[in-house]
This record gives sequence, structure tokens and C-alpha cells, in this order.
Amino acid sequence: MKPPLHIVGAEPLPEGALAVETLGMTMRFGSFTALDDVSVKVPAGTFHALLGENGAGKSTLVKCMMGFYHATAGQMLIGGREAVIDDPRDAHALGLGMVYQHFTLVPSLTVAENLVISRHDTPRVIDWGRERKALADFMADMPFRVPLDQPVMRLAAGEKQKLEILKQLYLGRRFLILDEPTSVLTPDEADEVLGHVRALCSAGKISVMMITHKFREVTAYADDVSVLRRGRLVGQGHVRDLSHGDMAAMMIGAEKPLAPAARAGMAGAEVLRVAGVRARDRSGLKEIAIDDLKVRAGEIVGIAGISGNGQMELMEVLTGQRATSAGSVQVKGRPYHATRAESQALAVRYLPEEPLKNACAGRLSVVENIAFRSFDRNGTGRRFWLSGAEMRQRGEDLIAAFKVRTASPDAPIASLSGGNVQRAVLARELTGKVDLLIISNPCFGLDFSAVAEIRARIVAARNAGCAVLLMSEDLDEVVDLSDRILVMSEGRIAHEVAAAEADLATIGHHMGGHG
Amino acid sequence: MENDLGLWAVPLAVVGGAIRVSTPILFVSLGETLTERSGRINLGLEGTLVLGAMTGYATAVLTGSPWAGVAVAALAGALFGLLHGLICSMGRVNDIAVGIAMMLLGTGLAFYFGKPYIQPAAPDLPAIPLGGWSSLPQVRSALNVNALFLIGIAAALALAWALRSTRPGLILRVVGDSTDAARAMGLNPALIRTGATALGGAFAGIGGAYLSLYYPGSWNEGISSGQGLMAVALVIFARWSPINCLWAALLFGGAGALGPALQSVGVTQGYYLFYAAPYVLTLGVLIATSSPSRALAGAPGELSITK
Repeated sequence: MKPPLHIVGAEPLPEGALAVETLGMTMRFGSFTALDDVSVKVPAGTFHALLGENGAGKSTLVKCMMGFYHATAGQMLIGGREAVIDDPRDAHALGLGMVYQHFTLVPSLTVAENLVISRHDTPRVIDWGRERKALADFMADMPFRVPLDQPVMRLAAGEKQKLEILKQLYLGRRFLILDEPTSVLTPDEADEVLGHVRALCSAGKISVMMITHKFREVTAYADDVSVLRRGRLVGQGHVRDLSHGDMAAMMIGAEKPLAPAARAGMAGAEVLRVAGVRARDRSGLKEIAIDDLKVRAGEIVGIAGISGNGQMELMEVLTGQRATSAGSVQVKGRPYHATRAESQALAVRYLPEEPLKNACAGRLSVVENIAFRSFDRNGTGRRFWLSGAEMRQRGEDLIAAFKVRTASPDAPIASLSGGNVQRAVLARELTGKVDLLIISNPCFGLDFSAVAEIRARIVAARNAGCAVLLMSEDLDEVVDLSDRILVMSEGRIAHEVAAAEADLATIGHHMGGHG
Repeated sequence: MENDLGLWAVPLAVVGGAIRVSTPILFVSLGETLTERSGRINLGLEGTLVLGAMTGYATAVLTGSPWAGVAVAALAGALFGLLHGLICSMGRVNDIAVGIAMMLLGTGLAFYFGKPYIQPAAPDLPAIPLGGWSSLPQVRSALNVNALFLIGIAAALALAWALRSTRPGLILRVVGDSTDAARAMGLNPALIRTGATALGGAFAGIGGAYLSLYYPGSWNEGISSGQGLMAVALVIFARWSPINCLWAALLFGGAGALGPALQSVGVTQGYYLFYAAPYVLTLGVLIATSSPSRALAGAPGELSITK
């Protein structure tokens, strides 16, 4: 029998928003200290932001609070009283809820079905008449609404995120942890969702702790902020007292900030031209249509856009993974169908997203993976018998040159970390003559130093006269790296602007399909 | 002859055939729908069907009661489904490979234990004469409907309702569509999938009992002629909807009756080609509903063949 969640004889917790506090929260995994004596206080009805780099301990902290981890040391106070949370169920019972970075909704179920099934006391036989009335009453009280009869897969990302938050309120949660809730939203959608959350806080319905790395959102919506670095609390305070510079300094500490890459040289001759290309998208229901896309030598053209607006399909068209129904792709004026021979002759190289899946054979060794472009080449000619020694020499040179951290050159590439797989693929793709480099989400999920290095190499390739087409869901990355920015929305190029004249708000509007 | 219906005998025979032949396909496809809605595919239902036919027939011979046969066939099917479910719950096991193994195991077991039951005759399941209003013997025989067919229709309606309006139904869909969401809800996907596979096996077992205890109505080794496999393909055609399973099963039952019907009205040339109609229809339907570039609409998200 578990001990009761509330102290016997104590008054029940007050209605509405909960005050939550951690005292000296510490979490060790073996000899590694992921969280070191972190105390954070979130008063009732306030919006608290938790800032930090990848691996700073933000997720560890909230997982301890939600009962996913059992903290090595430290306490939780809820409503000013000590609470013992052994597992997420205890947290839920006390009114604590969490919205995850990735959606936990069931795609084929309708909104109403998703809400009803998420309850603990769903009746065996569901009386839809009564449930719908209850849901309609619940929705009437909410500042924002989501259509009840739509299957979740037809909702836009912003609506899904709103539904995740509605679900928490529907379940009676009064303290919400939001884990990077806007990472899949357009700036407009993010503003709408966070605006509503802010309003719910101000109305005293909920308190919020939000994990984020976007300073803009912290300044616009949060009351207080805590900054973690390497598991330690390195800064805390009222948002109104802090500037972006202060927060960045706390987050990054002594590490050097990401320097904007130096650029040299002017754009040259046209290398890639995509004209009138039409192709079906993943679902087969929509079409992607690229009427005119040009990339010139010595320029980086960045394509921004929310995930699922056709960037992946465009990448697949360019890599030959997806059939087109019309139009043409030309490289240096010659038709291009992404065959191995053509990419060799025209010096086209790729860095697709999820390189382990799209650009590697996971069980082959690092050396073999690095040799994919060159194993059957003998100088300029072809070879039938491979040269193991040459392949190995080349592989070892590139592993050293690109600082790929691997246990051995013969280790399977799947055993490397994400950043090192990315480096190995870059080593392969950027070696030799490269006239066109096509890249998709190159820094997704990588740590700080890997990101800086990979971006520097991309800019170096551009400076050397390579034409670069960069697709990324990270708008900051596109803005930082590109000479020219395109926005993709609903399978089309919705906007084009030179990087020097780029305006984030305008780009955001186009990303959201409000041209 | 006043009872000679001429060419009208063909559609009548097709309707009669649709009702008679569709029942096992209906049961197997309902069972498979249930299993696939939970995110797993059980290709072993062909084996379950044959095993159900054998155990049902043997039980009916030994007890004299066809309904006891149906019950035992359902039980055997459930146990076989449970075995499939348990094996698939272990890590790194491919449900399709297990299904093929279970198909061979099921038919093998049925042939081995069924040898002594090829000769003896078992009592048939009762049929309900719904054609009593007609004076035409052809109409009467076409509308001689077996109780299991009606139970199958009721089961299709009940399943459709349960998937929409009961907690177990919604939970089944959650598990089939997103393992992550199910885990976040505190559900155990492997357990629920195993349960769904066992229940699906029970449905297939009942379908087998119909084969041996009503139509064709005897136990032999060629009894299923691949109907279990076709039913699995049918589920895709039916878009994982129990009600669509009913229509699809009737369509395929009717197609299966086309060859014999043509033969009976005296078509002597090429009628045997129509014996292949259900198989050609299966192929045609699968090709027509397939696409090289897009995912299947309505497919449960966790299904290994559509991922």
C-alpha cells in the first residue's frame, strides 16, 4: 500500500494554479551528475522559463519532478507542502502535467476520442451523446478551440499543440511543464499558443514551467527564468531584469559563442536549375510544385519552412528517391536524374537529413562508408578489384581531418554518435571536386560544437565556389548561413528574399501560409 | 420445365453462393481486422482456419454436437493466436515471419491429428430457411442461411460499434496507431496486441468450423484452399473496417460461386476460368488500391507492412 499523497489532516490543496518548488534537486547516473543541487520556485499562476543548452539537465529536472526519475537527493513542494512523487501517476493525481516535445496524440483518432480516452475513468461503454455535451461545455470555457470531430492527423501543428495543452486542462492539471512546445510551430502559431497559455496563467488557472532555448519567447511570455548549464543552476531571476545578452552569457558561460561565418567571393554561374517540377507528396494527396529554383556557384540558397511542407519531397526529387510527373532538373545545363554516374560527372554531393538512414549503410565500417563515392574509382578511371589498403588509408586520413570520433576505423558506422556520423558523411561528400552540395537539416539534434564545425564547413565549401542548396526547419540556421532565402509552404516556394534584406516576421508569415 | 430459371439461375446462384461461401472469409477477415487494428499482422490465420476446421469437426464427431465443435474451434484458434501474440511480444521478432511459420504449423498439426476424421461424418450446423416464402427450390436453397452467417453479420456490427464507442475499442485503436501515445497513457502495447491476436484467432477458428461443419461440410486437407490468406488480403481492401469486411466477404463469396453457377446452367466452355474469379479479384483489388508513392489511407500506424 502506498502512503497517501496528502498529509493526513492537512487542508486540501487550493483550487486553481499550483505553486511548485524544487529544493536541492540532485540526480546522479553512476558517477555522472546530471543535475546538481537545483532549486527552482514557481509561484502559483506564474510562467517560468527553463533555459539551457542541449544536455544542460533541463529534461532531467522535469523528469525528476514528474516522477519519471527518482532524484538522488532533493525535495518537491507542491502548494507549499512536501510531496513524494514516485511515478508519473502520482504527479498526475496531484495536478502536475507535462506536454512533450513530440505529440502524444493518436493520429487517426478524432479530437474528441483523443480527449476521452486520455482520461483515467473512461467508462467501459462510451455514451458519445453525453461525452460530446461535456466536451462542448469544457471547450466553451477555454480561450481557444479545436474542432472535436477532426482526426488529429488533419490538424495543423499549431492546433495539435493547442490540443495537447487543452488535454492537460481537460485532465484537471494545474501545473504544466511544456517541453520546447514551439519547436514545430511557425512564429505566428507559437505566439498564439503561448499567448493563450500566458492568459491561463494570468487568470490563475495554471502555473507553467517551459523548457525552451528561444530568448524571444522567454522575454515575451515568462515571468521568471532559471538557467541551467552542465546540470547546475547558473542563473535565476525576473525576466524583466534580464537582457538577451545576460541570458545568453549564463547559458553558454565561458564557451565561445557561435561566430557568424566569414564569407568571401561573389555568386558565379548557375549550377542547379529546377524548372516546373511536379511530384506527389508522401500522402499522395497533395502535389509539390517547384516552378523555378536556381542555385549559382558560390552561393548558399536556404529553404525555410515548417516540417511537412514539401521540403522532404523536394530533397527526395533531387536525390532521385522520388519520381516526378513533370518538369526538369538541370545541373550545369545538363539534365540530371541523380544517377551515380551523373552525380560523379557533375560533382553533385548530398548531405541528407538523418544521414545514418539516408546516406550510410549502418553495419558497414566507417572506412567503408567513407569510401562510397570512391571505392570503384582508380584515379579518373574505374576499377573492378578494390584496393583495401588505399581505401583504408583514405578513410583514416579523412577520419583524422574531419575529427570523426570513432572507437576504430573498422567500427560499424551505426555505433557512432549523431554528430560523428554527420562528420563522416561530410568527410565523404566534401572531399574531391564538389560543384553542387544539397543539404537537409544538417545540424538536427547535434551538440553545440558539432553544429559550429559543420556550419563552418558548409560556408567554407561555398567560399570555395560550390553551389549550396540548404533545406532546414531551423529558421535561425537558414538566416545565418544563406545568401538567399526561400520559404516553402504547402509544397510551393512562397517567398524569396536576399539574406541581407530578410525580415523574420515576413518569413514567418510565409512559413505559416499567410502570404 | 417450370422450375428452369434459365440464365436467371446465375445471379441467384451467385447470391446463394455469396451467403454460403462468404462466412469463413468474413470471420477470418474480422479476426484479422481486430489483430491489425492493434498494430500487428497475423498471416497465420490460414493455419488457424484449417486447425479450426479440424478441431471443430473432430469435436462434433466425438460429442455429436456441432456447436461444441464451434466452441472448441474458437478455443483452438484463440490458443493459436495467443501463441503468435506471445512470440511476437518478444524483442526483435518479425510478426510476418512468425505468421508464416504459424500458418505451416497450423496446417501441419491439423493434417496430422485430422487423419482419423476424414472418414467419419459429423452432424452439420443448422441452417435457417429464410426462403420459405418462395415456391422455387432454387430460391429456397439460396436463402437457406446458416446461423453462423447471421452471427458473423452481428459480429461485424458489434465490432464496428465497439471500436467507436467502448473503452477497449478505443484503446485497441490507440495501441494500433501509436505505440508512443499508448505508452504515454500507461498502456502495455504488447499485452493488448497479444489479446487482440488471440481474439482474432478465435474468429478464424470459428470460420474454420463453418468450413468443416456446414459448407463444404466435411474434413479434408484441401478444405480451405487459401481462403485464410485471401481474407488477410481482404482486410486491406476493406480498409480495416468491420462493416467493409462484410461487403468484401460477400463480394468474394459471390465471385467464388460464379464458376459452379455457370457450369450448372450448361456453360461448358471456359467456365473453369471463373473458378479463379476470387483469386483474380483479390489481385485486381490489391493492384487497384495500391500506389507506389503514397501510404495507404486508414492503415493503422504501427502496422509493419504499411509503415
